[in-house]
Amino acid sequence: MRNLYAIYRKEMRHYFVSPVAYVCIGLFLLISAFFFNFFLSAVIQQSFQMEMQSMQFGMPQQFDVPGQVMRAFLGLLSTLILFITPFLTMGVFAEERKRGTMELLMTSPISEIQVVLGKFLASLSLFAVMLLPTASYVVYMYLHSDPIPPWRMLLAGYAGILLLGGSLLALGTFISSLTENQLIAAVLTFVAFLFLWVLDLGHTSEGGLGSVLQYLSASRHYDDFARGIIDTSGLIYYFSFMVLFVFLTVRSIDSMRWRRA
Amino acid sequence: MIEVQDLTKAYGAVTAVDHVSFTVNKGEILGFLGPNGAGKTTTMRILTGYMPATSGTAKIAGFDVFGDSMEVRRHIGYLPETPPVYPDMAVEDYLDFVARIKNVPSDKRAARVTEAMRKTNLEDRRAQLIKRLSRGYKQRVGIAQALVHDPDVIILDEPTVGLDPKQIIEVRNLIKGLAGDHTIILSTHILPEVSMTCDRVVIINKGKIAAVDTPQNLTSQLKGGQKIRVEVQAPEKALRDALLQVSGTTRVDSEQLPADGHLVAIVETAQGADIRSAIAAKIVQNGWPLFELRGVSLSLEEIFLELTTDDAAHAQASAN
Repeated sequence: MRNLYAIYRKEMRHYFVSPVAYVCIGLFLLISAFFFNFFLSAVIQQSFQMEMQSMQFGMPQQFDVPGQVMRAFLGLLSTLILFITPFLTMGVFAEERKRGTMELLMTSPISEIQVVLGKFLASLSLFAVMLLPTASYVVYMYLHSDPIPPWRMLLAGYAGILLLGGSLLALGTFISSLTENQLIAAVLTFVAFLFLWVLDLGHTSEGGLGSVLQYLSASRHYDDFARGIIDTSGLIYYFSFMVLFVFLTVRSIDSMRWRRA
Repeated sequence: MIEVQDLTKAYGAVTAVDHVSFTVNKGEILGFLGPNGAGKTTTMRILTGYMPATSGTAKIAGFDVFGDSMEVRRHIGYLPETPPVYPDMAVEDYLDFVARIKNVPSDKRAARVTEAMRKTNLEDRRAQLIKRLSRGYKQRVGIAQALVHDPDVIILDEPTVGLDPKQIIEVRNLIKGLAGDHTIILSTHILPEVSMTCDRVVIINKGKIAAVDTPQNLTSQLKGGQKIRVEVQAPEKALRDALLQVSGTTRVDSEQLPADGHLVAIVETAQGADIRSAIAAKIVQNGWPLFELRGVSLSLEEIFLELTTDDAAHAQASAN
């Protein structure tokens, strides 16, 4: 545990002295804030139109402004992290290998799993730090809604994005352990993400292969969370995804000993 | 402290380390000498648990490097060929991190870090980022990193490479100062380094051990024994015949000096025989003017070359 914390601490420090984290977080916040504002005004405008129509035709309409904004915003966040997480994980192992510091870690009394988990949890923390300010926009919207929508909608949405982000980070960490080149790691990670995203687009038939692909697609489960539904199949999917790639990373690090260094 | 038995490492068809065996006693400095690509780094990597051996065993402080890897890692400090430093960290933070992953108890950590910086003269650079340090200082951080947890065994892979002469002397003195408390293995391809710092030398070439001895012994009692250099004014043929008659002579090479026409003969003698007076008597007997007569002990360089050069190349050199 102390070893794991030592790695975690070093990684967090590394993130906050390297410009990569600041550029990623800055860009992420800039784009997400811009789009939040855009969604909010668009949805409000739409709700006014609906209200006017309902006054004309005398049909009272329910229009869920916060829910609509939330769904659009979470959709945007999931697309944004697709582009940003490869940059957070590209150096995790590739840089250690290139600098020769992997030799220090692998000859210290510390196990591979401690190294991998320490690094993974650090990247997840950084991701949470990046995400946190965006929650303030949503909270602000909630506080000015009447009636205030249920908070668990918000919590479910952010749980979803953390799980999705965690899965992507685990995959990115694994890919980073395969190469010494950060750029290759980032590009491969991005390609792998895209593949996971569009996995369910190709299927035409219901049942059989189609439903398997649908289950495997990382974005499909996220939609449930964005609608405020915490589905156990989604939870199991993301947790197994993370465990699988953390495990594969440990194996990959371990196998380095057996390969020609 | 360190026992290596029949250690072999093969990378596919290439055998980098071939049945290497040696032991290192507690408090000793062992030099690992060999040309580049001889298998020094591979042997060290196996000892540190960085990679497994193909066959053979190695034990450090009684623990097997493969079976008890974690325990071995607690007992060693290791400086790889390139110092394993994080450029974005300050010297002190970096050493603190290393102390943490080397399981130094938290109450002793600060003291150990300060001690490592003191030994390597890094105290005035403690707050500096490692990327702003010169090559020599980075190397010192690398050495400090290997000492920070006060390990029993310190393994240094080419610790003086890339340093200027003044820094090299500092590092050598530092290493000598560490012996006694620590058992040290260092590798190098620089010969004087070995004679200046090490208690014993392992000469390794093409993965095989060519010799294990103290630097003094290697220098003095080399196969072929002593050489004697004689400078005389004499006819070449007659001189050679006369010298070969002296008992104990095994071989005579002669050469005419262009400057004054003197002959220089190098007489090789059997081991242990001192035939300088016999040679002198022989020359005086023939009435040749003798200008110089002295014993030549082989330098470590010559021994090294002799031990590490191919037989074929060696035969060719002798024939010329």
